[in-house]
Amino acid sequence: MAWRSWGAFLLRRFAGTAVVVVLLSIGVFGLLYLAPGSVQQTLLGTRPATPETIAAIQARYHLDDPLPVQYLSWLGGVLRGDLGVSIRTGSPVADMIGDRLPLTLALTGYGTLLSLLAGIPLGVAGALRRGRATDRLVVTAGVVGLSAPPFAVGLLLLVVFAAWLGWFPVYGTGEGLADQIWHLTLPAAALAVGAVGMLVRFSRAALIRELDQDYVVFARARGLSSAAVLGYALRNSLVPILTAAGLIVTGMLAGTVLVEVTFALPGLGSLLVDSVTFKDVPAVQALALLLTLLIAVVNLLVDVGYSVVDPRVRLGGRTS
Amino acid sequence: MKHPRAGLARETRRRPPISVAVALAVLVAVAVATVFAPWIVPDATAQDLMLGITGPGPGHPLGTDDLGRDVLELLVAGARTAVPGALCVAAGSMLIGNLVGLPAGYLGGWVDALAMRWADLVFSLPALLVAIVVAGVLGGGYGLAIAVLVVLFAPTDTRVVRGAVLEQRHRPYVEAAQLKNLSAWRIMTRHVWPNIAPVALANVFLNFAYALVSLASLSFLGLGVPAGSPDWGRTLSDNRTQFLTNPWTVIAPGLAIIATAAALNIVGDWLYERVDRRGRAR
Repeated sequence: MAWRSWGAFLLRRFAGTAVVVVLLSIGVFGLLYLAPGSVQQTLLGTRPATPETIAAIQARYHLDDPLPVQYLSWLGGVLRGDLGVSIRTGSPVADMIGDRLPLTLALTGYGTLLSLLAGIPLGVAGALRRGRATDRLVVTAGVVGLSAPPFAVGLLLLVVFAAWLGWFPVYGTGEGLADQIWHLTLPAAALAVGAVGMLVRFSRAALIRELDQDYVVFARARGLSSAAVLGYALRNSLVPILTAAGLIVTGMLAGTVLVEVTFALPGLGSLLVDSVTFKDVPAVQALALLLTLLIAVVNLLVDVGYSVVDPRVRLGGRTS
Repeated sequence: MKHPRAGLARETRRRPPISVAVALAVLVAVAVATVFAPWIVPDATAQDLMLGITGPGPGHPLGTDDLGRDVLELLVAGARTAVPGALCVAAGSMLIGNLVGLPAGYLGGWVDALAMRWADLVFSLPALLVAIVVAGVLGGGYGLAIAVLVVLFAPTDTRVVRGAVLEQRHRPYVEAAQLKNLSAWRIMTRHVWPNIAPVALANVFLNFAYALVSLASLSFLGLGVPAGSPDWGRTLSDNRTQFLTNPWTVIAPGLAIIATAAALNIVGDWLYERVDRRGRAR
């Protein structure tokens, strides 16, 4: 019975995600038509409008077909891994993304690690010393972190740690693993600040809620050590913290764009900005679709993970 | 008709915490700069190419940037470029949020279902990325960026308003109004809305902060205000290679964005908590 309802829950979630992805893919396809000027002109970019180039565009995009047919053939190409050719560089978009993906993944991974290392201990410290000066400081710091845009933080970090103290390099990606990590530290820290703010808020609130529960009072009354009690409360408060994961990942993906531009790093984010500025629609479409898929998958994983940890979610139906 | 506030008398009239007082002071300073910038710093964007970039010194407390513009004057003038756009986003999304959230919460049914699916869809999108892509590809500039952000922010307001309305709709005063055969529209606007307005107002501050940061980000990426505008995000982007010569060209606008956004969030959170506590005390 429980397994069947869980299957239904998963199926419903999958279907919901699929609908969102399809809707957004239509939006992404539509970018071609939203761009100012004729579609043909957009796709030509700075190339001259010779019969050959026009014929090549016709052959590739089937611009005379009805829109739904164009959409389906575009989607078919995307599903086969054919993301089109960049107008700006003339190379396949899939290759450009492949070249820049590792840096963005490393940056997000490093940033996530830093935010977990800073955010959860701070949140726990706030919850344990609730209402005192430490707590107020933690809460205020969390709000400031949440409000600070990554590019402003990044530039301030550069001023302090690269220009004044000289501890970290100003620009570049570095050679070798240790040096690369060294070069990525300031960007990752700039990226992590927003997530730290969010984690502080969620983990503090979740732990405070748990510490108010009867089982905590009972465990204390039974004489359990405060470390053991904190262990129980912390494990239970991880469930609501997990819901923040979706928000954090979305925030990080938007953050990488700003951080990569700030630190002049060749990742997906700076590729998106370059492509958008150049109106390189095929590249923008591919990147937008990739981001859409990433966010959809993460949200799905969070939902599934949530239901694994907390059975009430899958039995009760909706989380919202 | 206002709902009688039984809890108000019991409520301790504490002074706001220090962080809120500081935040309010920051907001007042920003508001003054926004309104009076043209009189305080009439020629903030005046260039002095002969002077060029200099460190802090007499006449220029925070120095000048590479175009010889005074950093402090640019900072004050920047408020006037950065703040009104964000205010438009916050006000616009609150308007839509109320117009959609009130009927969604009060009427329920398909109106509610439709509004919530829309909110779910938009919620799964990172507002800033969508704004970058749409504003960039359409090339519409600042106005379009504001419009896109309004559409993407409205679901937050919608959800908040809807939630607050759901809490109100089975209160005795609503049922009394229904028994008097008042129209649904009249009950929503005249009776329910005054009771949820404080929640909606607190949310404006939170959206305002997010809008300010988003617009500054767009301007930083060159997709917002035109080049040379004294906007904080734009100045930061124009000056980002100069921080080795005069770090204040970067520190001043960076801190201005962070301080303003943080102040808005702190005040918004504080209002929200007060309103929420009062709601529960009833």
